[in-house]
Amino acid sequence: MKRYVMGNGAIALGALSAGVRLVAGYPGTPSSEIIETVSKVPHEGVHLEWSVNEKAALEVAAAAAYSGARAMVTMKQMGLNVASDPMMSVAYIGVKGGLVIVSADDPGPISSQTEQDTRRFADFCRIPVFDPSSPEEAYEMIREAFDYSEKYGTPVLFRPTTRVCHAYASIETPDDFPSGTYDGFERDPSRWVIFPRLSYLNHGKIEQRNREIAKDFSSFRFNTVEGKKSQKAVVASGVSYAYVKECLKGRDDVRLIRVATAFPFPEDFILKALDGVEEVLCVEELSPYIEEQILKTAGKHHLPLRVSGKLDGSVPHNGENSVELSSGILDRFLGIRTGLEQADLTDAPALPVRPPVLCAGCPHRASFYAVKQAMKGKKAVFCGDIGCYTLGNAMPLDMVDTCLCMGAGITMAQGLSHMNPDITCFAFVGDSTFFASGMTGAVNAVYNEADLILCVLDNSTTAMTGHQPHPGTGRNMMGNAVEKVSIEKVLEGIGVKKILSVDPLNLEESVRAVRECAAEKGVRAIVFRSPCVALTKPEGKCVIDADKCVNCKKCIREIGCPGLIISSGRVTIDRNLCTGCGLCGCVCPAKAIEKEGKA
Amino acid sequence: MNKDILICGVGGQGTVLASRIIAAAAMDEGSPVHSAETIGMAQRGGSVTSHVRIGGEAYSPMIPFGAADMILAFEPGEAVRNLRYLRRGGIAVVNTAAVKPVTESLKDTGYDGSEMTAYLETKCDCIFVNTEEVCAPFGSSKFFNIIMLGVAAGSGHLGLNRETLLKQIEKYVPARFLDVNIRAFNAGIEIAGQANPKGEK
Repeated sequence: MKRYVMGNGAIALGALSAGVRLVAGYPGTPSSEIIETVSKVPHEGVHLEWSVNEKAALEVAAAAAYSGARAMVTMKQMGLNVASDPMMSVAYIGVKGGLVIVSADDPGPISSQTEQDTRRFADFCRIPVFDPSSPEEAYEMIREAFDYSEKYGTPVLFRPTTRVCHAYASIETPDDFPSGTYDGFERDPSRWVIFPRLSYLNHGKIEQRNREIAKDFSSFRFNTVEGKKSQKAVVASGVSYAYVKECLKGRDDVRLIRVATAFPFPEDFILKALDGVEEVLCVEELSPYIEEQILKTAGKHHLPLRVSGKLDGSVPHNGENSVELSSGILDRFLGIRTGLEQADLTDAPALPVRPPVLCAGCPHRASFYAVKQAMKGKKAVFCGDIGCYTLGNAMPLDMVDTCLCMGAGITMAQGLSHMNPDITCFAFVGDSTFFASGMTGAVNAVYNEADLILCVLDNSTTAMTGHQPHPGTGRNMMGNAVEKVSIEKVLEGIGVKKILSVDPLNLEESVRAVRECAAEKGVRAIVFRSPCVALTKPEGKCVIDADKCVNCKKCIREIGCPGLIISSGRVTIDRNLCTGCGLCGCVCPAKAIEKEGKA
Repeated sequence: MNKDILICGVGGQGTVLASRIIAAAAMDEGSPVHSAETIGMAQRGGSVTSHVRIGGEAYSPMIPFGAADMILAFEPGEAVRNLRYLRRGGIAVVNTAAVKPVTESLKDTGYDGSEMTAYLETKCDCIFVNTEEVCAPFGSSKFFNIIMLGVAAGSGHLGLNRETLLKQIEKYVPARFLDVNIRAFNAGIEIAGQANPKGEK
């Protein structure tokens, strides 16, 4: 049947049609919809899970592949950093069933902390990588990725980028997906137990094998050459290939070479493709990986080739490519004109700025505000973490002093506390992030006698990436209701002596809890618990009593809720946005805001 | 047929549904379709765009600057923000009701969209729709995206049959709201019929 799906959906359907038996991952834009798609189509016989983090996901999947089953792991590029420990080792051990590690890169970055390049990881781990340029291709290519993985007994990386993950296309797929068969795990310690001697032996075999894969990739159907033989050629990969193709639409006088397998680099293919070429331009995103491989190849074979790209400044190192950017680069390189005529918009009026903000009624706003109120006039530092609550940095809350990576808030608050004993150190962590990598930081803090206040902002979901369940939510991706893992009990087990649980929408109680914790020493924890507003039906709306309101705008200045607007010069509640959380009412000095129906 | 339609607005306005319906209708008419949406962090109260590319000659998932046949803007400021996508001779179908940015209440800039619509008029053919007025008879602003779709269909620049669009609306909206959505769609077509885009004879 024909399905109109997102690139991520195409990856999921491709894996299912390849007979995948286990899919695990951790949510992260732009990769999250892969697992969500699997959950929405018939997938009997497939174990599906959101793991607590990417390392766990990869280990679970590696063991499935040891058992001979096809397995897939999904994550965003920074998740690959978390999974790099098992990935490095499983690259040495190898697999029996196909193991595809999907790591979605995010040039821009659009919603990430780094502009790292998964193809470098492939090279670093010495495992093959596949780089699709469209959803249609992703569907086909992931199926071949499983075949290559099994053929060479190695895990493989699959690297889409945001624009491929989030593009939609129509794909012909089977109606349903019979799950593949597998032998089951066979005991063989000489194969599955990593030891220095085994790593030494396998290292040699891997390098030998990679030479074979490079030859194999030289006839891979997605490594292509288009256009007539020309002195100047363009090499592109991933979505940049689509951009270049868009620019060169309708002309065949430019040789366009696509490399879909950056590692092991298909040298024979590129030598043939570059035959007669004197100048080559590499258009790729993130790092100049293919450009460097071509330079190496040119050096090795003494080719009189001029190579342009990121390294000579022709293509920017940072940010994502686009048709417009590619067009300018191609025009300069080829001496042609490819861009479309554009209207002059330099006289456009100033546009409204729309930065991302916490939603109206978001309980995180209330939590941050409570801590801010309680610590007013005192020396305090606020370590943030990865999730919606990173938006607590925006004015007027201004409650995030550091943010580094998943789970770092707790450990950084610890480091700050050791070096700055006169400052009260706070760590803010969301519920999903707490399970992902916050727990280990909490153990570290208790064991090493840190002095900090851990604020767990528990909204009972992984909100930022689209509301995925996690161990604290009581349901999993197999559709089962499971026992909720209690954050308080985890903290108790770790040895945190003071643990308070509050409803952040009760401002008074929350401020009291923060003050109580601030007065003590050691690791103290406050669990601010209130569900994500995007998942709950609002109970009512807040209303402003126009007779009482003095229009001082304190509510707006203090909490910056998007539900509070100025209309005809007066503070007004936007009824389309208000969830009736009542925080503005707590802030109002004139007691002019109440919940509807109350009083 | 090759048509590039850019739909833009603010998160929560229903741009995604409109783009799905256009894409599905084009596929139903036998055209290859590609689309792309901005999702993720940008979605929360931020600017959103959907790029719908109809026809076999689209390679980039996003419409190149200067290529869009139509900009279907759910908000006037967003129309200006995305105007560089419009081709020469393309048309902008614009809701004139401004959505104030959430930062507006902190820093009063007086943004009301009027400056945007005035600017748009000097740059391209436009059909302006005041959806606040048009939605009034429906008692809810919920059907606003379907009205906009109706205007786009009625303008004749979408290149799709009304019937195929209606068929997809039937598929995508809940059955109990179907009648009102059909009325909303037809109301949109009527608005387009009365409109006289600048420069059009």
